[in-house]
Amino acid sequence: MKRNFIYNILFFFLVGNSFAQQTPADTQKTAISIEGATAHLGNGKVIENSLIMFDNGKITFVGSAMMKIARQGTVINAKGKHIYPGFIALNASLGLSEIDAVRATRDFDEVGTMIPHIRSLIAYNAESKVVESMRPNGVLQSEIVPRGGTISGTATVVQHDAWNWEDAAVKVDHAIHMNWPGAFSNRWWLGESLMPNKNYPKSLASIKDFFTKAKLYLSGNKTSKNIPYEATKGLFDGSQKLFIHVSGEKEITDAVNIIKDLGINKIVIVHGSGAENVADMLVENNIPVVIDRSHRIPDNIDDDYDLPFRQAKILMDKGIMVSIGMEGQMERMNTRNLPFYAGTYAAYGVAKEDAVAMITGNAAKILGINSFTGTLEVGKDATLFISEGDALDMRSNIVSKAFIQGRGISLESHQTKLWKRYSNKYKSK
Amino acid sequence: MKKLFLLLFFLSLTTLQAQEYFPTNTGVKTTKNTLVAFKNATIYVTPTKIIKKGSLVVKEGKIISVGKRVDIPKGAKIVDLSGKTIYPSFIDIYSDFGIKKPSRSRGDRRPQYDANRKGYYWNDHIRPETNPLSMFNFDSKKATQLVNAGFGTVNTHMSDGIIRGNGILVSLNKNSSNAKRVINDKSAQYLSFSKSLQSRQSYPTSRMGAMALLRQVYLDADWYASGNAKNKDMSLEALNKNKNLVQIFDAGSHLDVVRADKLGDEFGIQYTIVGNGHEYERINDIKATNANLIIPINFRKAYDVSNPLLANQVSINDMRRWNQEPSNLKVLSDNGINFALTTHDLKSVTSFHKNLQKAIKYGFDKTKALEALTTVPAGILGETTIGNLNIGSHANFLITNGDIFDKKTTLYENWVQGTQHVISDMTIADITGKYTFSENGKSYQLTVTGKGAKQSGSLNVDGKKIKSKFSFKNDWVQLIINNSGNFTRIVAQADNNGMSGMLYANDGSSSKWSASKSDTKKTKSKKKKSPKNTPPKVMPVSFPNLGLGNFNLPKQETILIKNTTVWTSESDGILKNTDVLLKNGKIAKIGNNLSTRGARVIDGTGKHLTAGIVDEHSHIATSAVNESGHNSTAEVTIEDVVNPDDINIYRNLAGGVTSIQILHGSANPIGGRSAIIKLKWGENADELIYKNSPKFIKFALGENVKQSNWGDTQTIRFPQTRMGVEQVFKDYFQRAKEYEALKKSGLPYRKDIELETLSEIINKKRFISCHSYVQSEINMLMKVAESFNFNINTFTHILEGYKVADKMAAHGVGGSTFSDWWAYKYEVNDAIPFNAAIMHNAGVTVAINSDDAEMSRRLNQEAAKTIKYGGMSELEAWKMVTLNPAKLLHIDDRVGSIKVGKDADVVLWSDHPMSIYSKALYTIIEGKVYFDVKSDKKKREAIKQEKAILIQMMLNEKMNGGKVQAPKKKVLKRFTCETEGTLIN
Repeated sequence: MKRNFIYNILFFFLVGNSFAQQTPADTQKTAISIEGATAHLGNGKVIENSLIMFDNGKITFVGSAMMKIARQGTVINAKGKHIYPGFIALNASLGLSEIDAVRATRDFDEVGTMIPHIRSLIAYNAESKVVESMRPNGVLQSEIVPRGGTISGTATVVQHDAWNWEDAAVKVDHAIHMNWPGAFSNRWWLGESLMPNKNYPKSLASIKDFFTKAKLYLSGNKTSKNIPYEATKGLFDGSQKLFIHVSGEKEITDAVNIIKDLGINKIVIVHGSGAENVADMLVENNIPVVIDRSHRIPDNIDDDYDLPFRQAKILMDKGIMVSIGMEGQMERMNTRNLPFYAGTYAAYGVAKEDAVAMITGNAAKILGINSFTGTLEVGKDATLFISEGDALDMRSNIVSKAFIQGRGISLESHQTKLWKRYSNKYKSK
Repeated sequence: MKKLFLLLFFLSLTTLQAQEYFPTNTGVKTTKNTLVAFKNATIYVTPTKIIKKGSLVVKEGKIISVGKRVDIPKGAKIVDLSGKTIYPSFIDIYSDFGIKKPSRSRGDRRPQYDANRKGYYWNDHIRPETNPLSMFNFDSKKATQLVNAGFGTVNTHMSDGIIRGNGILVSLNKNSSNAKRVINDKSAQYLSFSKSLQSRQSYPTSRMGAMALLRQVYLDADWYASGNAKNKDMSLEALNKNKNLVQIFDAGSHLDVVRADKLGDEFGIQYTIVGNGHEYERINDIKATNANLIIPINFRKAYDVSNPLLANQVSINDMRRWNQEPSNLKVLSDNGINFALTTHDLKSVTSFHKNLQKAIKYGFDKTKALEALTTVPAGILGETTIGNLNIGSHANFLITNGDIFDKKTTLYENWVQGTQHVISDMTIADITGKYTFSENGKSYQLTVTGKGAKQSGSLNVDGKKIKSKFSFKNDWVQLIINNSGNFTRIVAQADNNGMSGMLYANDGSSSKWSASKSDTKKTKSKKKKSPKNTPPKVMPVSFPNLGLGNFNLPKQETILIKNTTVWTSESDGILKNTDVLLKNGKIAKIGNNLSTRGARVIDGTGKHLTAGIVDEHSHIATSAVNESGHNSTAEVTIEDVVNPDDINIYRNLAGGVTSIQILHGSANPIGGRSAIIKLKWGENADELIYKNSPKFIKFALGENVKQSNWGDTQTIRFPQTRMGVEQVFKDYFQRAKEYEALKKSGLPYRKDIELETLSEIINKKRFISCHSYVQSEINMLMKVAESFNFNINTFTHILEGYKVADKMAAHGVGGSTFSDWWAYKYEVNDAIPFNAAIMHNAGVTVAINSDDAEMSRRLNQEAAKTIKYGGMSELEAWKMVTLNPAKLLHIDDRVGSIKVGKDADVVLWSDHPMSIYSKALYTIIEGKVYFDVKSDKKKREAIKQEKAILIQMMLNEKMNGGKVQAPKKKVLKRFTCETEGTLIN
């Protein structure tokens, strides 16, 4: 009842601009202290009855509320609530399509095979209605990835409260994504036999050829510019990571060996089914795996019904760092279910704080942004939110406040506006 | 020339028996002597009537006498068959021999809704008027293959369309004309579930559409026969004429065999049904059809499992089938099922005997095998003159040197209609064996192996093989011995006892030479006897026959769940520390300190018990989803195509789901009828479907029915706009009203299944669940329904329901929605996750549904989202996946809550049922435990072990030279209501 009242007030407040996107919040002007909440730090640790303070967009204090220390600025009492670093969605494509079935809105798959120069950032629609629907679930940052081809293009990390792609960018062009070919003919859905893919060696050769030539080009005088090769520079100087979308023991092994031989050392495996069987190699080379959403059905008819739910646990038991990617059916709108994918992995074996780390601290490490964001630690971005309860559980993921880089952001969206508009319609009758 | 032949052919047919005059202009008229007598043979007059040392006399293509003592007429050619056996030639009852399948009709990419033909049935796939006689072209090459395999007669047809017309029974007499070969020019009528290649007419796009079409055809044929039809219809005329023929239905999978039989039963027709070799998987259902079956014997090769990475992809079902298929014939015959064999499924006829021998090795009785190739097919066709060697029968018989089903036996001759076809010359001596001879101080051993003209020899000296060249032709052996460059030649006459002739040495000298057979055969056969009698290991069948199937179906138990938290979904709310007793399939007691003798006690401490989840909108457990060939398909029903073998049933049980509505898809404004089922894993389709099931039908609105996302070629079907959708409904309901009025008037009327179904809706006996998105059309459909004085029962998806929730409440319609789906197409732009809460608050009965095999197995979590979005109370949220969908489906008197007297369909959860951390520990339906985590664990272990055993068996096959095939992954199609008229199975 009380909540409805608050919403009604909010509704009247917002009604003037009810058809525009949410206005991005202004930079943090005053310090904020959040007191009394259970703080999930995103690195596996948890502080009950915590005190978190941040100013100028950065976290200034993380500790116990029992500490006798002056509270800075506005104090938010969050007793009984939970505080988390903003969740980070990997291998996402938010803002690259608004309505899946409407071709005019689809901007995620460019023509071409080896197109590392294709950049997701500039097509990222910061004002997407789908993006703003992430925030009420605590999903505050994501990796925007182009799809298709062999080398799909260059990805960027964004935060979800921005005027345009420039201020959305958290780390520009942080990685290149590529699709590794399958070693076996995989048109099984047509009832085809699983035969060795005759083109596999050829496909590998063309990948080797591309990167070898790029490397040679980059070490040369570059008189006539080659845009695709230029785009791979970061892979060779270590400033960019290569995310390889690959499944199957054989393919993963080939991918790691070939790419390392080419002098590219920062590798991330995406999808990675079968990765548990080559875990030693991945651990030895410090290669993390971005697994798929847990809400999927098993690949094979005889698989355990919960095999997809257990994938995180299986890999983590082998010492592999794991995070969750969004690629799949209706992936853009489903990205807001990231907390529940992690929750399901937690239900099937992963410790709850480790499950939080999967989509916060470890996600940041995999993206290479952990020096300034991803966990609740002093000096890092104040990108965090307060939830009424356990944010990995649908029942209690109720976000009351969220901050990105210290800015208190709106939790309204196209959807909440419609909710209020029609709730109000029936109330007034 | 061809024309002339055809003319003669037709002339000959009209007077098949009377044709005795052909003008002769090449010489004087000669009459062939066709009188032949076979003596001293073992004669199988029928598979069970055997004459030893008997005689058989043939005249003019017919048997004129057979028996132990027979008077051999004068002038007969006499053939002594001492030691040989005569069998009736085989019949292939299901064949397309000599009738070319038409090539696929091509056109532009736009769909075709109307028929190509005029004067025939409105649907091009109904072709009973097809008479393949005029298209029959004797295929000598194929005939040779069949004759060599022992076949004398084939029953052939045009293998094209749903009703395919009549067949013709022809003999494989190679030296004759069609005039004589055609034994019956209307032998049977053929049917199938597959469309004709000769037309692109869209309808039917699905199995259920084909079934509905067949029903309507039968009704129309009766209507036509009663003389009420206004137009001439050559298809229906032909169908009525073919009514008394044997009806052969090419069904396929065991599910389809049962489907076809049920359909026939509705019209008093007992089909003879063509299966696919997997009948053993549901043998009781197959037996219950009482149908005569036609069974192919195409056994799959072992999978090449040498690469473990790939071997993992092969399902237990496929591996088991490799192992179990050869036992199918034994299982059929052990169950007393009458069946004939066919070669139609084989790539090459030559593998027929090899496969049959394999089936016999797996325990199939040889007499039954012979029956399945002779008397059974003849009996099915009602033919008395083939498949036996009685007097008056066609002289179709085989001559062998022993048991026809033995690998070592030679088939010498196949006589068809008195015409001799030599397969292996029986006058060729059997010279196989070991011979020893000495020459130039050396001792040679010659070993001859093989059959007939293909006998070949190899030469050893002191146990070591040496170079030589052997040939055997017309009873003469020629042998060249290579003694390190010195060549010795032998030429000798050979017979069953030995060889004798001349030897020519390298120096040109010649001498007499002979060699006699050393007697080694006896010891050989002794050695082989011991492994012969151990039939190969056949893995047990589970229900369904998948890795996770049930070897034993769960039994109803008395179960007492103690000390648990009970979510009643009734006014009692949540009861803590409570006991629930399940007895006789019902919820018997709810209370404290309950005890019942003999009950299985499950400790529920710390756990939560709820009613089983009910999914209002599912597409699992079905072989078809959409019939998209027409804009209205009220005549089709998912009940026809329920697929009890879908693994998603088990996965849904593991998510606590017990009842679902399988809805037709959303390809058309008026879709098909639903099936409401319980997820009784392992039972057959009939057992899954609710008894006295409430009747439902799917309707649909919006982008799907106006084909917005179907591609640019799909722009001709009415309707293409929301404006048109309204008119489709008005039109059909008006027609249904008029139909009903005519029916009530007592005047004759053409029974129409589609309009019957729509009348049920107007009469409030069938309920609509309507796929819907935007408010305008939701409002429209309610108004249309009101104008015909009925109500819409449920709007499903109903993503803009929140915009018209007040109107919905006033109309009395329920809403079954997604928790949070949106943004996947234009019409879901305004879909919001608060929809369920707003509709609920406005007084609408709200359910959360899946429409998806993945989401349905965690609907408990989807219910929890209504707490997050819109602040539903936990009790009300939980009802959205239990009691509310049960209400919407009119099954709330049986399921949906924990209440004494309701079905014992309950789930015990490890945790709060809507917690993301919660797992279903037990899923119980009618007191039977269909899922529990302990048994699931055992199944996982069993799968591992069985896979290991099967892989070892396959490796053994491969390493011992058996043929293998590349591994295959089981194709699983995941249906949503967008899925077009596709089929699995």
